[in-house]
Amino acid sequence: MLAASVNRRDFFRASSVGGISLVVGFYLGLPTRSAEADVKSEGPFTPNGWIQIDRSGQITVLIEKTEIGQGIFTALSMIVAEELEADWSHVRVEHVPVTDAYQNMTTGGSHGIIRSWMPLRRAGAQAREMLIEAASKAWAVKRETCRAESSTVIHQPTGRRLAYGALVESAVQLPELNVEVVKLKDPRDFRLVGKRAERKDLPAKINGTASFGIDVKIPGMLYAVVARCPHFGGRLLKFDDTMARAVPAVADIFPIDPLPRYENTAGGVVVVAENTWAAIQARKKLKIQWDKGPRGDESSASLREAAQAQLSGPATFVAREDGDPDAALAATARKVEAWYELPFQAHATMEPMNCTIDLRPDTCEVWTGTQWPGVIQQQLSRLSGLPGQSIKVNCLWSGGAFGRRGQWDYTAEALQIAKKVKKPVKLIWTREDDMQHDFYRQLSYHHLVGGLDGQSLPSVWTHRIVSTSIREVFDSPEQLKDSRRVASQEMAGAADIPYFVPNFRNDFAPLPSAVPRAWWRSVESSFNTFVVECFLDELAYAAGKSPLDFRLALLREDRKVTNPMYTDQVCDTARLRTVLQLAAEKAGWHESMAQPQGRGIACYFGFDTYVGHVAEVLVENGAVRVRRVVTAVDCSTAVNPDGVKAMIEGSVNFALTAILKGEITIKDGAVEQSNFHDYQVLRIDQAPEIEVHIVASAERPTGMGEPGVPPLAPAVANAVFAATGKRIRRLPIRAEDLK
Amino acid sequence: MAEMKLSINGEVKRVSVDPAMPLLWVLRDFLDLTGTKFGCGLGLCGACTVHLDGEAVRSCQTEVGKVDGRKIRTIEGLAADRNHPVVRAWLDEQVPQCGYCQSGQIMQAAALLIKNPKPSDEDINAAMVGNICRCGTYQRIRRAIHRAAQGGQ
Repeated sequence: MLAASVNRRDFFRASSVGGISLVVGFYLGLPTRSAEADVKSEGPFTPNGWIQIDRSGQITVLIEKTEIGQGIFTALSMIVAEELEADWSHVRVEHVPVTDAYQNMTTGGSHGIIRSWMPLRRAGAQAREMLIEAASKAWAVKRETCRAESSTVIHQPTGRRLAYGALVESAVQLPELNVEVVKLKDPRDFRLVGKRAERKDLPAKINGTASFGIDVKIPGMLYAVVARCPHFGGRLLKFDDTMARAVPAVADIFPIDPLPRYENTAGGVVVVAENTWAAIQARKKLKIQWDKGPRGDESSASLREAAQAQLSGPATFVAREDGDPDAALAATARKVEAWYELPFQAHATMEPMNCTIDLRPDTCEVWTGTQWPGVIQQQLSRLSGLPGQSIKVNCLWSGGAFGRRGQWDYTAEALQIAKKVKKPVKLIWTREDDMQHDFYRQLSYHHLVGGLDGQSLPSVWTHRIVSTSIREVFDSPEQLKDSRRVASQEMAGAADIPYFVPNFRNDFAPLPSAVPRAWWRSVESSFNTFVVECFLDELAYAAGKSPLDFRLALLREDRKVTNPMYTDQVCDTARLRTVLQLAAEKAGWHESMAQPQGRGIACYFGFDTYVGHVAEVLVENGAVRVRRVVTAVDCSTAVNPDGVKAMIEGSVNFALTAILKGEITIKDGAVEQSNFHDYQVLRIDQAPEIEVHIVASAERPTGMGEPGVPPLAPAVANAVFAATGKRIRRLPIRAEDLK
Repeated sequence: MAEMKLSINGEVKRVSVDPAMPLLWVLRDFLDLTGTKFGCGLGLCGACTVHLDGEAVRSCQTEVGKVDGRKIRTIEGLAADRNHPVVRAWLDEQVPQCGYCQSGQIMQAAALLIKNPKPSDEDINAAMVGNICRCGTYQRIRRAIHRAAQGGQ
């Protein structure tokens, strides 16, 4: 399988300008968690990442994952350094140059760590063994008498030492070892993995030198903003730029077309100027008439009305059906029925979308923050007509991503502008552009009916999901005839409930909309887990049981529950019980709490990780205050435990915006919100105390970017019920829902 | 357009721009001081926070024509002192995630500690409520401010 030696030599030669380095390649694969098949290359091994050790002993890990704040650069280089027995202070991380060999490189779905664990360990071990081999040859001793430690090979009988840098020249002459037979370290001997490590990217992020996409400046560059059609699916009718052209430093004003389906750009009027401020000022002076387009009458009210019909009409897709739910419902004497709704949500990354581009007759170079550099390279090739190898994508730090930078709309716009401007140009989105032209979290409506049997356990559970499907945004009409495909990113968290219910159905009906939507941190689990974990609380209450005991009773048997939508996701009920019990114990679940205070619990399995949250709230003056969140997480090996904690803290705060504050609403086929005054986000005064407890494990580490988000909303809503007796069935929580 | 002399991080910088231009864009587009970030353009998020005569201000709401002759300090100037207690505390507490808002957070926190060397949690809330972090590093920001106030302990 591994023809790595050829590639290593090729890469080694290609990089020899910078001096001799030992280079070991690895390949970090694709996530399988998607509707698309996991296309595996049958060709020769083509690395998309390298470990490079130079003669000074500097170790550079080049990886294809982008650093969007999740700490992946640090975690992945820790794995390499562990097996390599490297001195951590000698290790640095870079993003690989994006060329057309790596079109699939993507950062998302919380898959970075799980997919990289074994390839990085093997590559690190391979480099370590080559360095040991080189040292043993230099000393003419048996390699078994040598070992590596802290970037040094030691001959144990004599105590002689050779630093890695001094071994590079001889190590590169050795034949490459077969990574399949290289011995990996016993996890009990780990000295770096599992311990707190300082993040490699932080020194630059606290002194103003970290370069984000928006900070790029290239000689002769102009600045562009776009007045986009605010109505989704609408078009530019006409515009008058007389006043705008009078603004000093304005270089050009021209229209661009919308790019439908694939890029989903709105089109509009471009203003190019010698500085950002002039471009923004001139844009304000444009007089533009828009055609609202075929969906110009769409509103939150019209969507709500359409959703009601879909909640009671026929399903287009059944994700899972067990037993005979209809007969069980007819037979049950104790029925619970509820409707839930959750709005569109914005990503609102702190760095608005932007892209800098230098388009030449034969080449195109872009600088941007992205989660999907490979697809940018591919799409810019298609849109420019230039071959893939002529497109260079430079990945800079991303000022937040949360799924938003899995889109490439802003790079496509930059290319449209560059074609006209014929100079390097930086496209900047203002906050208003970013808020009104996002790819939002889906809008969803839910109808659930449950029944209890004689032992007060659920005998039946039905759940209809009506949502604005993500696939509708990207797929062709032909593809959308496949009803499973339409629902493929709408059901997780609902179809795979881990609780045992003998008669069960989870089905779907679509809610067509002109509003663009895509992946928002934890995607469909962000709404389905809210609904499922709140409804379970409703059943527990009807059964007269404590929310914790009820959950543990339904999880009491050790079972493996496969997600019917993502079959590589298999929940182990024993591990879910563990996080529930640990969170409850650490939170003091059994201690009493007087109203209007309350405690709520919820759990989640997804992205291969188990999370239990206990939230404590105080409800007064028509507002919910989340005071404390206690979390138990099982992410197998916690590579950098402080990074795991940071991801839980971030997930809790991110989720709280959608629980307490933010909501995107639609009028005239356009977004009503525009900036942080009308799309409120969580601020420090409402940030709760957070405690994170990590379940000890030596298994393959699993994702942390997203799984902390889904169970927080139900934990808070269940706490509100404990505090007030009021059920929260829509988000964000409104004062009127607390009365 | 007007010729202006700006005192930034202890140096005199000359620029020729529209005096109505916000200081933010002068720093970023003309002086290459890109540590100060654009977040909202309306003074709602705090990403653009700098010090004006020692006070935290939103540079996106500060016309450059009105700061002539006043002392401006940006993140680059503050962090030039690698031992600055706030900068050190930010590293010790491993505060940033994406890092984009952190220049503004650090400038706001440093201004708070000048006025109030031992802030309570409520003081921190009042001073920092204007600075948004979407990654959700608020708990660490709070800890880092307390740490800086205690001389790094």
